[in-house]
Amino acid sequence: MTDVKSTVTISVNGRSVEAAPGELLIEAAERAGSYIPRFCYHPRMEPVGMCRMCLVEVDGPRGPTLQPACYIKVNDGMNVVTDSEKVKKAQDGVLEFLLANHPLDCPVCDKGGECPLQDQTLSHGSGETRFIEEKRHFVKPVEIGELVLLDRERCIQCARCTRFSSDVAGDTEIAFAGRGDQIEVATSPTKPFDSVFSGNTVQICPVGALTAKPYRFTARPWDLEQAESTCTTCAVGCRVAVQSSGNRLTRLLGVDSEPVNHGWLCDKGRFTLDSIDGHGEAIDPLNAETRIREPLVRDGDVLRPASWGEALERAATILKDAASSPNGVGAIGGAALTNEGAFAWERFVRQVLGSDHVDAQFGDGLDGGLLQALPKATIDEAANARVVMTLTGDLREELPVLFLRLRENFVQRHNNLIEFSFGPSGLRPVAAVTMPVRPGEAHVVAKALTTNDARVAKESTVTDAQLDEARALLGESGEGVVFIVGRPNFAESAVVMETAIRTLAERFTGAKFLPALRRGNVMGALDMGLGPRLRPGHGYDASCEGRDTLAQLEAMRSGEQTAVLLLGGGLLGNVLDPDAAVTALETAKVVVVTGHGGRTLAHADVVLPAVVQHERHGTVTNIEGRVTNVTPKISSPGSAWNDVAIAAELAEQYGQSLGLDSVELCAKVIEETTGYPALSVMNDLSDEGAVVSRVKERIERRALDPMAFPGIKSTNTVGLAEFSGALVGGPVTTGAPRAVATLEGVAAGRGVEVGHYDAYGLALHVSRRLYDHGIAVQGSPALANLVARTTALINHFDLDRLGLVTGDVVQVNAPKGPLSLQVAMSDETPRGTIGVVFGSLDEEGHDGTTSALYDPTSVIMQMKLETK
Amino acid sequence: MATLDAPKIVMARADYDDSYTLTRYLETGGYLGLRKALSMFPEAVAGEVDAASLLGRGGAGFPAGRKWSMLRKSPISYLVVNGDESEPATFKDHYLVERDPHQLVEGVIIAAYALQVSQAFIYLRGEFALGLERVQQALNDAYEYGALGNKIFDSDFSLDIVVHPGAGAYICGEETALIEGLEGKRGFPRIKPPFFPAVTGLYGEPTVVNNVETMSNLPWIVMNGGAAFAALGGGRSAGTRLFALAGTVKRPGVYEIEMVKNTFRDLIYDPALGGGITKDRAIKAFIPGGVSAPWFGPDLLDLPLGQDEVAEKGSMLGSGSVVVFDETSCVVRAAWRITKFFSRESCGQCTPCREGSGWIERAMYRIEHGGGRMEDLDLLLDLCDNISPGLAWPPQQTTICVLGPSIPSSVNSAISMFRDEFAQHVNEGGCPFD
Repeated sequence: MTDVKSTVTISVNGRSVEAAPGELLIEAAERAGSYIPRFCYHPRMEPVGMCRMCLVEVDGPRGPTLQPACYIKVNDGMNVVTDSEKVKKAQDGVLEFLLANHPLDCPVCDKGGECPLQDQTLSHGSGETRFIEEKRHFVKPVEIGELVLLDRERCIQCARCTRFSSDVAGDTEIAFAGRGDQIEVATSPTKPFDSVFSGNTVQICPVGALTAKPYRFTARPWDLEQAESTCTTCAVGCRVAVQSSGNRLTRLLGVDSEPVNHGWLCDKGRFTLDSIDGHGEAIDPLNAETRIREPLVRDGDVLRPASWGEALERAATILKDAASSPNGVGAIGGAALTNEGAFAWERFVRQVLGSDHVDAQFGDGLDGGLLQALPKATIDEAANARVVMTLTGDLREELPVLFLRLRENFVQRHNNLIEFSFGPSGLRPVAAVTMPVRPGEAHVVAKALTTNDARVAKESTVTDAQLDEARALLGESGEGVVFIVGRPNFAESAVVMETAIRTLAERFTGAKFLPALRRGNVMGALDMGLGPRLRPGHGYDASCEGRDTLAQLEAMRSGEQTAVLLLGGGLLGNVLDPDAAVTALETAKVVVVTGHGGRTLAHADVVLPAVVQHERHGTVTNIEGRVTNVTPKISSPGSAWNDVAIAAELAEQYGQSLGLDSVELCAKVIEETTGYPALSVMNDLSDEGAVVSRVKERIERRALDPMAFPGIKSTNTVGLAEFSGALVGGPVTTGAPRAVATLEGVAAGRGVEVGHYDAYGLALHVSRRLYDHGIAVQGSPALANLVARTTALINHFDLDRLGLVTGDVVQVNAPKGPLSLQVAMSDETPRGTIGVVFGSLDEEGHDGTTSALYDPTSVIMQMKLETK
Repeated sequence: MATLDAPKIVMARADYDDSYTLTRYLETGGYLGLRKALSMFPEAVAGEVDAASLLGRGGAGFPAGRKWSMLRKSPISYLVVNGDESEPATFKDHYLVERDPHQLVEGVIIAAYALQVSQAFIYLRGEFALGLERVQQALNDAYEYGALGNKIFDSDFSLDIVVHPGAGAYICGEETALIEGLEGKRGFPRIKPPFFPAVTGLYGEPTVVNNVETMSNLPWIVMNGGAAFAALGGGRSAGTRLFALAGTVKRPGVYEIEMVKNTFRDLIYDPALGGGITKDRAIKAFIPGGVSAPWFGPDLLDLPLGQDEVAEKGSMLGSGSVVVFDETSCVVRAAWRITKFFSRESCGQCTPCREGSGWIERAMYRIEHGGGRMEDLDLLLDLCDNISPGLAWPPQQTTICVLGPSIPSSVNSAISMFRDEFAQHVNEGGCPFD
């Protein structure tokens, strides 16, 4: 038996350093205070040892030799010298070689001022060049994708971008071509670099070779101010450095948050800044590019500007009138709010309006009580789990950075993924078991997994072998398993997934769950009570029955609910059947609180302008229940207020006080009354926030390495950066936690009656893509071209059966009449299924497809196709 | 005078025009070595190779037997034969794959048997069009003859061999880049440690990589015994060896001669070998082992053709390519052309090699074409030092693979041995040999 040591001791410049066995020398030396210069090394990627900047002397059998510290793993007794003349000469030589062909265009280069090459030349390089030859020339810059430009002359061949693409994201669009000093990063001639992660390559580029179209030439780094915050474009909750020049948002960079995003972002999160402040000139409130700058009230056909006083009074009157009849008023939305905003609105609706009809989800989510009752996994736990089983849509499109974290688990750690496969999925290539599950079948497959012999159904596309493999991986109790649960099919009743989840939770008691709800702060909104039966502070009260969004819209159409408070302006872009929603909004009175314009406002009677992401202070909660702070970077345009203030002022119209005079006070009240981490998170920036119900498990923030994450400013850095800024803090009293839902306590709901699959029909699967026709993308010109075209995805068995090929146009006999769609072959779509992307655009640029296909009366929707 | 009484081991069929056919091969003792090997224990076959002291013929000169025995600690998965011979003036494997492909194939089968692997690859330089055709034909013939495939010659041993053409990159002669190429990837050398092929080679499995000439020696060694091979040559350099003689000699070509017992002078001047310098001019310098080796002056002509003997004098026998410069050759131009080759063929991974080779090439071009400065000489030596610290032999390196330290060899030799000629270029504003 060999003795396995938990630590090894190495000597760095004569000093003894403890290191973990297998730790990279560059990291161990850094902890010992010997910062080794580097370019290709990146702490979130596998090393390649290419740039040779980190050469240090390591003693070996043939005496000390120069070895790349980024590649060499420490051994017990290793003797390392990082500061000898030989090391210095080698490093200086590498730097001189790097600069030989590097253009001297720093004054016009975006990276100038935050450039690892510039910084390390300053600290390690010689003052003059000995290179008098003609430098290498390339055509520059080349647009390699919709968002990224490449300047090959500036490239130092560190392979960070190509490594990120192939190793982290699993993309194949960029790779090295050519040899010697003519080597270049190149794309395939037919496939542009259009990955949803392309912005990460720009962020980690150690020179100005890769630049992002939206940021290019907009600012100089030394003019940028920064606030660290959390991205709320989706519910992963990536930590971001929000940077502005003056009061103009210029750039978003991913912060290396240990539990969440490891420095990565998706392009939607990174590049939707334009939707916040890019369009000072847009004034039409129905245009998604418009920011609402002042209160608006309806006069006949037009929304006209009004004072806050008039607008609040009008809103109060509308809501008061409606509240006077039982069940006459409700609130929809809130997933884009901060926890504090959500808490304030919850108080307003439940306490002032006396209504329990609140729902932050749009009918495409999961029951908040059920989610509360599940044992939760963190993102880290999922990213390290022995087995992950996904019952979600395509995570690459829905929660992109979660996809990156999970992919690492299967690619690097070789753990196993079981997929409930409803349609195309980015994780498919790394899945151990892929079970093609048709609409309305997930609960049946889940049930089959809980028993040892049952088949799913005779006609099912899931095979016995797949079920056996999945059962073997899940094990007896599900110990070490993380289930990731969401709503993969928008056109399927939530009861299917909820039944499946409950079945799994009851059987695999050792497993944990990670909810895959999409919208920004949906978890925070639910935790603040914005959902039927939910109570503020992650609480549950079965008696607190209320209508969800779809029920409220139905109640409006029937005339029972006569007014609605919309918390956010995105309703019509988020429901499957916007036509029916329009009818509801036209029947009822509508008060909208929003910072963005959009088509929903066409039906508003009063619009109250609110501050949006990057303009407000507070906390948000991500899918794993991690509460982090959001920080304002710019001031909002016009006279927009924060939601806490709007709710409080609206309550004043009723002569009532919410007792929430400021965001900070609101956070204090949340924490003191419910024990939910709020003010403590806002005040303490030294760690990575707190996970609800696990508030004691804190993770310290990593020190920033500016060579790995250039452009980000931090108070806690290693290596070459200067220290700046100061932390704020303050004492907080934490109250007792709320009662949480239990599986037994959450009503099981009605049974699932799918009915028979129509042998001649195809069941509808409506999925989500990252670039949809929502407000964020519509309001961001940089991304607008990336919205998918509507196609119907069909398995090749069905195409054969129907005598169709990719590109054919078919007529779908939908409930609301015939609809023409172009078909495309997709073998990731299960047999018997027709896949359509929600929010995709048809030839005329409309996204009415799913509305036309929608049939609210059944659990799943079956279509018949007619070929022309 | 040269010692030429040793048997021809790998060039035994040199006199036949149809030496590449199975018929001729069988008529001249072909596949008897394999039949004998199959009658022995695999360990015994490896033992004969070990006893032969056969040094690897690819350039590094590592003893083949020791390579195998070191590796046999854990089971080997693949045998890979390196036939990517691409260095300027190196053409001895070229001869073997075109003229005696069956000898190569038989050697590979014997090695595979000794290592007990069931899958071997022959990676051939893509430009060897005729060689590829002939090796493939030899494999087809060998399958038909029963020497390859399932149950070779009715023994329990089975083997498949695949020929893989290179795509025109010199770097794929570096064994780990070759493995990357075999895996279908870009030919970037891997970092050693940890990627020693013997530990983590092709598809992450333990892999033996041997040169074409090394393999071609095996049938003879098995037939005649390792001791007979070891009796040839001298010191650690046993047996005969192929030398590719190039440059300004009367009879350039491939010669198989006994090692150590012959000298560079024998190889270059013996009438049966090089036959002397073109037009009987004076010799100025020679490269003893391929263009990545430091150069020698005429004072070392009497050095024996032995691995250790050459190493002691600060260079290497390397790939067995000997290049002669006579008194009319411009050493600046020679060194510039060699550097240009390395600059073009650098894989682009390591900064010192990628950027250093291009920089040195451009500076050398400038000197040769009249734009040189005297300070360029020290600059060039310093750049060389930044690629191969100390400019010593064996070289140190700042790069992943040995292509890096190959770059300084010619430039350093040329400047150190012929500084006056550089000065003449600088002072006269151009090449005095033009």
